[in-house]
Amino acid sequence: MRDISEFQNYKDVVIGSIIDLAEVHDDIVFLDSDLSSCIGSTSFQKEFPSRFFNCGIAEANMACIAGGLSSVGFTPFIHSFGCFASRRMYDQLFISIGYAHRTVHVIGSDPGITAQYNGGTHMPFEDIALMRQIPNFVIYEPSDALSLYKLVQQVYKRGEPSYLRTPRKGMTRRYDESTEIELGKAITVREGSDVTIIATGVFLVDHAIKAADDLLKHRIKARVLDLHTIRPLDTETIMKAANDTGKLIICENGRYAGGVGEMISSYLIQHDLAPRIRFINVGDCFGEVGSLDYLSKRFGMTSGDICKKVFEIL
Amino acid sequence: MNKQEIQFLKEKALDTRVRLIKEIASFGQGHIGGSMSIVDLLVYLYFREMNIRPENPQWAERDRLVLSKGHSGPALYAVLAEKGYFDESLLSTLNQGGTTLPSHCDMLKTPGIDYTAGSLGQGISAAVGIALGQRLKGWKARTFTIVGDGESQEGQVWEAVEAAGAWKLSNLTGFTDLNGQQLDDYTDAIIPMKQLKERYETFGWKAIEANGHDFPDLERAIEEARNTEDRPTMIILHTKKSYGFIPGEGIKSNHSMPISMETADKAIKDLFERERDV
Repeated sequence: MRDISEFQNYKDVVIGSIIDLAEVHDDIVFLDSDLSSCIGSTSFQKEFPSRFFNCGIAEANMACIAGGLSSVGFTPFIHSFGCFASRRMYDQLFISIGYAHRTVHVIGSDPGITAQYNGGTHMPFEDIALMRQIPNFVIYEPSDALSLYKLVQQVYKRGEPSYLRTPRKGMTRRYDESTEIELGKAITVREGSDVTIIATGVFLVDHAIKAADDLLKHRIKARVLDLHTIRPLDTETIMKAANDTGKLIICENGRYAGGVGEMISSYLIQHDLAPRIRFINVGDCFGEVGSLDYLSKRFGMTSGDICKKVFEIL
Repeated sequence: MNKQEIQFLKEKALDTRVRLIKEIASFGQGHIGGSMSIVDLLVYLYFREMNIRPENPQWAERDRLVLSKGHSGPALYAVLAEKGYFDESLLSTLNQGGTTLPSHCDMLKTPGIDYTAGSLGQGISAAVGIALGQRLKGWKARTFTIVGDGESQEGQVWEAVEAAGAWKLSNLTGFTDLNGQQLDDYTDAIIPMKQLKERYETFGWKAIEANGHDFPDLERAIEEARNTEDRPTMIILHTKKSYGFIPGEGIKSNHSMPISMETADKAIKDLFERERDV
């Protein structure tokens, strides 16, 4: 694998990881929907011009074309903004990919409020809930560059359809080669015994760590889990956290309904565990335009909001 | 095509229609109208045109067919059984719990089904992907797809059509089953499908009109499609919904009909008499 520090942004990491795979695996093709310059799949096109297809602004068609390509032995990665990569092509993902058991990897860029200045029309708050309804999709949302690079590779090797939530811009380096990064296995970023903060995605894991630091000043030891894989859910690590700390704060960059918090709560109830739980999410509303800083405050998704929830249940 | 060859296809089509009527009657109801209208086309494709190996349904370099109007699966099953993809006795399990023959095509369940369909508009897009993939692999294989005229109200059909035209997928041949009817009513009474030939030509396809119940005419159109090397072809088939299931011919509510065994027996007898007269 190449040196991650070569990359400038998450989008370069995603495409770089796919290019590295495609150099070895000639079944990989890339389909974009007139957003190739946004995600940087132009780099893939440059490397493999015959294996890149710009399907234009026709996302539903792109999804089914990918399914067709899969049925003759190709493994397509397809991209659009997360709102279109889920809602706009949902029935196509459901029937022509999920139900038909086609291995197609969907990249949904700029999840939740990371869509920032594209505003409410472009903010996928519901994509986790939607993708959870398709029984065979892996859903993942890495929180740093190295895990993003590695999980794209692992998802390909797993050979099941997948949905990736990733911001395009930014380049957090949280992990190094000593970190065990495994699809379906949450990373324990901080150890702690008083409360567990479970977070998905870059900025919420950032806020979770900041919250854990702030809580230490109050002698509260918070465990922080980076839940980079939403499905399959790492039930073992979550059950252990529930047992060890008895209190969970579940943070996700999307709606409560059908999201990670509901998924984890439901699992714990069915396994006779009843930790005290609080949620960090956008609530029950539509998105709006603004900076990530403004929106994370607007929707109550900052380290301060996480700390408040911790104090509620301590 | 000589007289013997025409006669062979006619007999296959008659056999297929009989099997299809019995297949749907064994369940008690089903999508008879749009199944009957494509029988002649399916017989032509599977007995005369497609490069396939029924003994090895997953042979990679085969020609493929995506039945985008996936509810007409029963017609395709009747042909696949005749071709030996599975035992004919399975036809009587149509839509029964645990069957390998659901009324909408499922590539995971039925040998010989090349793509899952049922949510209208999606199959033709998958066919574009298959044709693109065949070309990328360097195979000589071709892709056929059948869309309904009602289905052509789906916007996705036109997304697929514009992509296939832009990419000049000459190994893709589509058929529009222009039977003039959809579930609720005649297509003209809902959203008319006018000027399809012009529409396809505008999108960069070759478009050919043909009689969907006339084998020499089908041959003419399909040969022209095969010999078109610079773009995909859409063959607009003038058909009659329910053609060959006489109780459903010429009526509005023939999309899905209840069919008892008694009705089926009489319909088959009447069909034989009509064919004999012809």
